[in-house]
Amino acid sequence: MSVIYLLLAISIVVAILFFIAFIVSVKSGQYDDSYTPSVRMLFEDELVVKKTSSEEKPKKLKIKPTK
Amino acid sequence: MDSQNCYHCGDVCDESLILFDKKKFCCNGCKTVYQIFSENDLTYYYDLKSAAGATPITVEGKYDFLDTTSIVEKLIEFNDEQLQIINLFIPHIHCSSCIWILENLNKLNSFILNSQVDFPKKTVRITYNHTKFSLKKIVVLLSRIGYEPKISLDDYDNKKKPVDRSLLYKIGLAGFAFGNVMFLSFPDYFDLASSQTSGGEFWLNKYQHVFRWMMFFFSVPVVSYAAKDYFISAYKGVRSKLLNIDVPIALGILVLFIRSTLDIVFNWGPGFFDSLTGLVFFLLLGKFFQQKTYAFLSFERDYKSYFPIAVTRINTKKQEETTQVHDIKPGDKLLIRNEELIPVDGILLSEKATIQYSFVTGESEPVHKTSGEKIYAGGKQLNGAIEMNVLKTVSQSYLTQLWSNSVFQTNRSDSFQTLTDRIGKRFTISVLTIAIIATTFWLFYDASKALNVFTAVLIIACPCAISLAAPFTLGNMLRIFGKKKFYLKDTQSIEQLAQVDTAIFDKTGTITTNQTSSISYEGIPLNSEEESLLKNTIRASNHPLSRALYDLLAEQNIVTLDDYEEHHGKGIESAKDGTKLKIGSADFVGEQQAKKAFDTSVHISSNANYKGKFVFHNQYREGLPDLFKAMKESIDLAILSGDNPSEKERLQKLLPPLTPLYFNQKPKHKLEFIKKLQQQEKKVLMVGDGLNDAGALTQSDVGIAISENTNVFSPACDGILDATKFQQLYAYIQASKQAVKIIKLSFILSLAYNIFGLYFAISGQLTPVIAAILMPLSSISVVAFATVMTNILGKKLK
Repeated sequence: MSVIYLLLAISIVVAILFFIAFIVSVKSGQYDDSYTPSVRMLFEDELVVKKTSSEEKPKKLKIKPTK
Repeated sequence: MDSQNCYHCGDVCDESLILFDKKKFCCNGCKTVYQIFSENDLTYYYDLKSAAGATPITVEGKYDFLDTTSIVEKLIEFNDEQLQIINLFIPHIHCSSCIWILENLNKLNSFILNSQVDFPKKTVRITYNHTKFSLKKIVVLLSRIGYEPKISLDDYDNKKKPVDRSLLYKIGLAGFAFGNVMFLSFPDYFDLASSQTSGGEFWLNKYQHVFRWMMFFFSVPVVSYAAKDYFISAYKGVRSKLLNIDVPIALGILVLFIRSTLDIVFNWGPGFFDSLTGLVFFLLLGKFFQQKTYAFLSFERDYKSYFPIAVTRINTKKQEETTQVHDIKPGDKLLIRNEELIPVDGILLSEKATIQYSFVTGESEPVHKTSGEKIYAGGKQLNGAIEMNVLKTVSQSYLTQLWSNSVFQTNRSDSFQTLTDRIGKRFTISVLTIAIIATTFWLFYDASKALNVFTAVLIIACPCAISLAAPFTLGNMLRIFGKKKFYLKDTQSIEQLAQVDTAIFDKTGTITTNQTSSISYEGIPLNSEEESLLKNTIRASNHPLSRALYDLLAEQNIVTLDDYEEHHGKGIESAKDGTKLKIGSADFVGEQQAKKAFDTSVHISSNANYKGKFVFHNQYREGLPDLFKAMKESIDLAILSGDNPSEKERLQKLLPPLTPLYFNQKPKHKLEFIKKLQQQEKKVLMVGDGLNDAGALTQSDVGIAISENTNVFSPACDGILDATKFQQLYAYIQASKQAVKIIKLSFILSLAYNIFGLYFAISGQLTPVIAAILMPLSSISVVAFATVMTNILGKKLK
């Protein structure tokens, strides 16, 4: 049953690692702004390259409905 | 997209519609921004949110002071040979488009390496290569695309304080310990009745010391670090003979820890470490919830937030040079450009100036000064550049002197006792009494249980739920108010608002609007010819009164005038088809009987016959009479105005009878007035808007600033109310009173839990598991009750 020492040690070490990760993330300022990242993650590389061809597209022929 | 609205800023395009790239723009500025964006492939800006932009306002030379290295060094955050980092406050940041465009600044200029927006604070942090690019160029670039940063004397004087994140660390630590202690308590939870003597699981008995000592080690940092503030506060409270709510909390935490340690040392039981860590964790959560702040609003502003860092001085060699505002000495000659703020008191040297004191008084109507007149700090020059001679330094000027008053040095929040603290006193006394009586009883009845009972009472009576009631009720109320555009500085302000029995209002800018003024005509009616002539005459004039009058008059055909002459500071003369019109001051039009009236008016005479005058009235905010009528029932009202009494009669008609009106009040008078009321034990609410109210706002119990644009301006205060919600002010005060009632109800609820728990404690039956269930249960039900009730309350608010 002394395996319980090992199990406890592992669980505590894992917990402490997460705790350290939390402290580090707070220290680096990740929790200072909790709103902007939620917007930022939705952006992609959305540069709109001018489509020069779009204006020269042939106009679609309108089909007049027959009376 | 509405066809008549500008593609960039969304304003209605009137005559000056500009078509570009098949899109409509209201002005050249907006078009230019669009051009910049489209040339750099950044038109996604308009897809994210339509019409998100602002019209760029560029003033030549406004940022020249950023060429001075010593000033730049004070502003930037980081500086090395290559890179500089600057954090700029940009009031216009308001949507995801703003974030996107500002984080893509490097597409506009390759020397900007990185830019990061902090949306709640409305700041952008820009990293750039300063060997190739300068701060001034960045600021100019931002201004050109409609995101003009605000750089004020405040940024120069105080370096940003490091952010205090200790509460987050404490919550993290308490939460971490709470979770692990709970986990380690499980063996005890599942093996409740058994012990070594009565049998039970062998391995649980064998290893229970390991579990218990580990719980002990997790609890040590919680007590010594996370709960530190409660001990400090309790110590301070006891020393100043104020039994605040932190006294029973600190006592509870300490007793929990000592009792639990003794339990495991002498093997009496598993201890209460789970309750202890849980208690601290919940308490800290409550603190965190209460700490809601509006990062983009500043409640601590003084004149420094509005004053420029540097101005242009004309030195003895008649050259222009940039000077730091603090370096201005009496006798200096300054150049104030268009739209610049006058930083010091002085004498006007230029022929004439149009100065708007809206920062100071809230009055948007500019005043005209001529050469040799005294001009005061805080005014904004509107019409071209002027030169002035300095009379006083910045800190000695008329306006800024106000801040040397002692009221700005004292911290008011220390002197206010919150509802929780007031209850805390009685609570502590009764808990100690119960503990002592119960212990005395057990000493005679069964002495072995006496210590057990004494500690149990202190543990179970630890007012966790009570101290959570106020933070959650008021914290939630603060958020609800925030959604209704009523931004309060802290939760304490709500409690103070609930106690208010006297309300003092400033006039200009507070109960009147800045934007529109109503105009009425008194005199002989004008015929159509004269009306047409009048409209055509003032079309050419740039005088603000002319502009206001022009907008009011009916549309007339544009005719060419035979004669037009503008006399500065007097009026305009014009002629058409034999009709001669004189528009301007009473003297100018030849009105002899004009009484020395205080009102703002434009007089008209046609062919030397006096016709009448247009009188400009202040436009009062919508719903003002109703608001005052409702408030009058429970609150004493008064108006303190810095203006002359010209509007007295109109105000008396609007307001409930017998409302005291005071005119010609200087900033210092306003402050003294409130002080006097407070000496009569009144709880005073001050509602103001300009820097001249700053003293009164700070002195009052609750100071609320009315603001037409919450981004731009507000003096130091406890709360900022959006001008559109002005008529709701009384409803908000009532809601605060309701919120305090909710807290009281929550107290009763949590006391019920305490009494229930005390039964176990006094009868000596308190086991760790009961404590571990009761403590979170009472806290959660109180929190739930407070949140639900405040949300119901919030639904009723408009």
